[in-house]
Amino acid sequence: MSFQPVKFYQTGTFTVGNRLLPPEERSVQASAKRYNSINSGHRACQGCGEALGARYAIDAAMEAADGQIIAANATGCLEVFSTPYPETSWQIPWIHSLFGNTAAVATGVAAALKVKGKRDVRVVAQGGDGGTTDIGFGCLSGMFERNDDVLYICYDNGGYMNTGVQRSSATPPAARTATTMAVGPEPGNVFGQGKFVPAIAMAHDIPYVATATVADLRDLEAKVSRAMEIRGARYIHILVPCPLGWGTASHDTIRMARLAKETGIFPVFEAEHGEIKSVLTIRRPLPVEEYLRPQKRYAHLFGKNPAVETIAHIQALADRNIRKYRLEARQGSH
Amino acid sequence: MDKPFAITLDPGSSLANHTGSWRTFRPEYVDRLPPCNVACPAGENIQAWLFHAESGDYEAAWRSLVENNPLPAIMGRVCYHPCEGGCNRQHVDAAVGINSVERFLGDEANKQGWKFAPPAVATGKRVLVVGSGPAGLSAAYHLTRMGHKAVIHEAAPLAGGMMRFGIPKYRLPREVLDAEIKRLVEFGVEIQLQTKVSDVQQALQDGFDAVFLGVGAHIAKRAYIPAGDANKVLDAVAVLRGMEDHDAPMLGRKVVVYGGGNTAIDVARTAKRLGAEEAIIVYRRTRDKMPAHDFEVEEALQEGISIKWLSTIKEAGESDIMVEKMALDDKGFPQPTGEFERIEADSVVLALGQDADLALLENVPGLVVEGGMIQVDGGMMTGHPGVFAGGDMAGSERTVTVAVGHGKKAARAIDAWLRGAAYAPAEKHEVATIERMNPWYYSDAPKTMRPVLDIIRRQSTFEEVLGGLDENNALFEARRCMSCGNCFECDNCYGVCPDNAVIKLGPGKRFRFNFDYCKGCGICATECPCGAIRMVAEEN
Repeated sequence: MSFQPVKFYQTGTFTVGNRLLPPEERSVQASAKRYNSINSGHRACQGCGEALGARYAIDAAMEAADGQIIAANATGCLEVFSTPYPETSWQIPWIHSLFGNTAAVATGVAAALKVKGKRDVRVVAQGGDGGTTDIGFGCLSGMFERNDDVLYICYDNGGYMNTGVQRSSATPPAARTATTMAVGPEPGNVFGQGKFVPAIAMAHDIPYVATATVADLRDLEAKVSRAMEIRGARYIHILVPCPLGWGTASHDTIRMARLAKETGIFPVFEAEHGEIKSVLTIRRPLPVEEYLRPQKRYAHLFGKNPAVETIAHIQALADRNIRKYRLEARQGSH
Repeated sequence: MDKPFAITLDPGSSLANHTGSWRTFRPEYVDRLPPCNVACPAGENIQAWLFHAESGDYEAAWRSLVENNPLPAIMGRVCYHPCEGGCNRQHVDAAVGINSVERFLGDEANKQGWKFAPPAVATGKRVLVVGSGPAGLSAAYHLTRMGHKAVIHEAAPLAGGMMRFGIPKYRLPREVLDAEIKRLVEFGVEIQLQTKVSDVQQALQDGFDAVFLGVGAHIAKRAYIPAGDANKVLDAVAVLRGMEDHDAPMLGRKVVVYGGGNTAIDVARTAKRLGAEEAIIVYRRTRDKMPAHDFEVEEALQEGISIKWLSTIKEAGESDIMVEKMALDDKGFPQPTGEFERIEADSVVLALGQDADLALLENVPGLVVEGGMIQVDGGMMTGHPGVFAGGDMAGSERTVTVAVGHGKKAARAIDAWLRGAAYAPAEKHEVATIERMNPWYYSDAPKTMRPVLDIIRRQSTFEEVLGGLDENNALFEARRCMSCGNCFECDNCYGVCPDNAVIKLGPGKRFRFNFDYCKGCGICATECPCGAIRMVAEEN
């Protein structure tokens, strides 16, 4: 396991920092001198999970690569809110690609650096779930298959949010979007469709695949720095709640990510060469209803006639995750 | 200027875009009052001293503690720790063992020989403190800190009041009591032993600018019990006081204690240690109505004390007593049933409560006494200007901790009075309730149990029953504190802000918001573990 939680120091490693820990054991985000790779003044919505996740991840990558990072960025929220020409929030070399070719652009940058003999400059590709799981999937699979030296980070908020919340192949079942309205006999996104790209990435047998959420900073940072120790194709899939698309309060972004992990809706694990090496186990087990109820995209499941069967179906999917990834709380575990 | 193909503008930073203008709510750092501090009758700032203990700086922790209470080693043994009843950690796993950390700090201070910081500039004012119990010692300590000369007059040959003559050794070893009193004397508190004050009015004319009365309540209440000539009927105060003499009181093999308070428990446990085969407590109501603290009742039962509930003593014979059984009526009051029972008893000890000896106040005009207690105002001043009172003689809840609190409060009021000002207590922050916090972030950490003396030694010796924590355990226990309502610099707000709008000011300096960029999402407030951030609506 790449991340050893520290206990018994009041908050241990649950919080961002901890005055009782030696500085070298504190998180990158706790440092007053962190990179702030994505700077203030960006136009993300209040409480944006993606803006937060991007800073967590890229700051950690910058720390690991000693500030030598080039990022390729797919079209999407992250690009739109950070870089309306001629302004940018990025404090790193940053290339805006098309919606679907970020992985290919990053591959090209990596090839150019190889030709120039600059081994110390590392390449990161990043995009949302639309650019990754739908539009850019061909390029991504190619990058995996060729084992190009790129860390690809997907910020998954479950839909095309900046164009008005449309469904993507990462939109969870039963969720309402502009293209899966809460009408008809089976309101919301249908069950049995969509894909879980981390599992597909693992099927490519690439050196490193991990999932993370913005609710577990220490785990996220450990995974990014582990990925940066490896050469070849690496994939990190980060769950980033979206107050706009999910219909949640702006202050609940981290809470929602925590609930997704604690209910088993979103499995947090890491895998090397197609094999799972560690999982974040559930600390306080909760029914999925706790996660669904605060989100307006699931509002049609509740109210006067709750959709008991649909909720049970989602619970069954979460239970399957818990079985499949062995997420159940264990004695003495995190 | 030459620009690449199709580029017409210079690149700019998003810092020009002040997103703070989007805000409808603004975060504010607040300090809220931790519930332990609210619950402490001695007015300790518990969280503040735990904060130092968490980093292993025990001397700083002790110095912070003694700003409010000069008797931590005593308090860490005899306090009934209402703070732990208030502790928010009980909603997470179990309350922080505040009392055990306090004892560790008190013992550490005695071991290391830490002294109080020298008092402020002398004011030249002299205050007479009557009685050297916890109220008197506390008042004298705080007065000395403020630069006044405090002189304690104590009628007994040794200082400490009920801490010496009421609390058994197995709860408070006398060397601990002596060490903390010695530190107060070295600090400048003058204690004149075997000096009984019989006329307060006279004292005020003898060069004292004010008087604090803390004479306690040591006159045992009596109940009329017809008794044969040969039977030994004693009172609890005399028995416990007698324990400090050379010869321990003779109680016999079978001892009956009458009453249901902590004193009754103390006497029964003392009798057992003196060699009584049977120590029986007779109490007229039920266990849940007993004024004694539950853990003391529990410890007594463990030591083999038996308790007869719903019973009163009708008469005491030469070698036995007659007990009448009681039954609770509709209102929960015990009523006689007419059923009697004889119990063997070599002696009967009455522990039915105590009254204050108010004889020294007879000539003082303006004093009001109600229900055997002297009446005081919010600043502990009696009806006579310049005469203050506290402790058992002025309070309904008679504990060492309450008395220490009275002494501190009175000292502040006396200081104000001597300066011709009115005593105004500082305004209090709103309470940090668990609903205002995010307990997710605290590590799972069960409470550390204190070692308990084995039962055989508890039944035969006066060794201390409850042990202390070692350094590792005390550090662990201190670190269980959740710092409710006050920033402990966990960096969460700084880390979780999606807009980098929190500025970290460095160790001990906390944080500041950058309102140029804060969009008011409120994640910082929701994810603050200790509830030190609140969201307030922006005006207009």
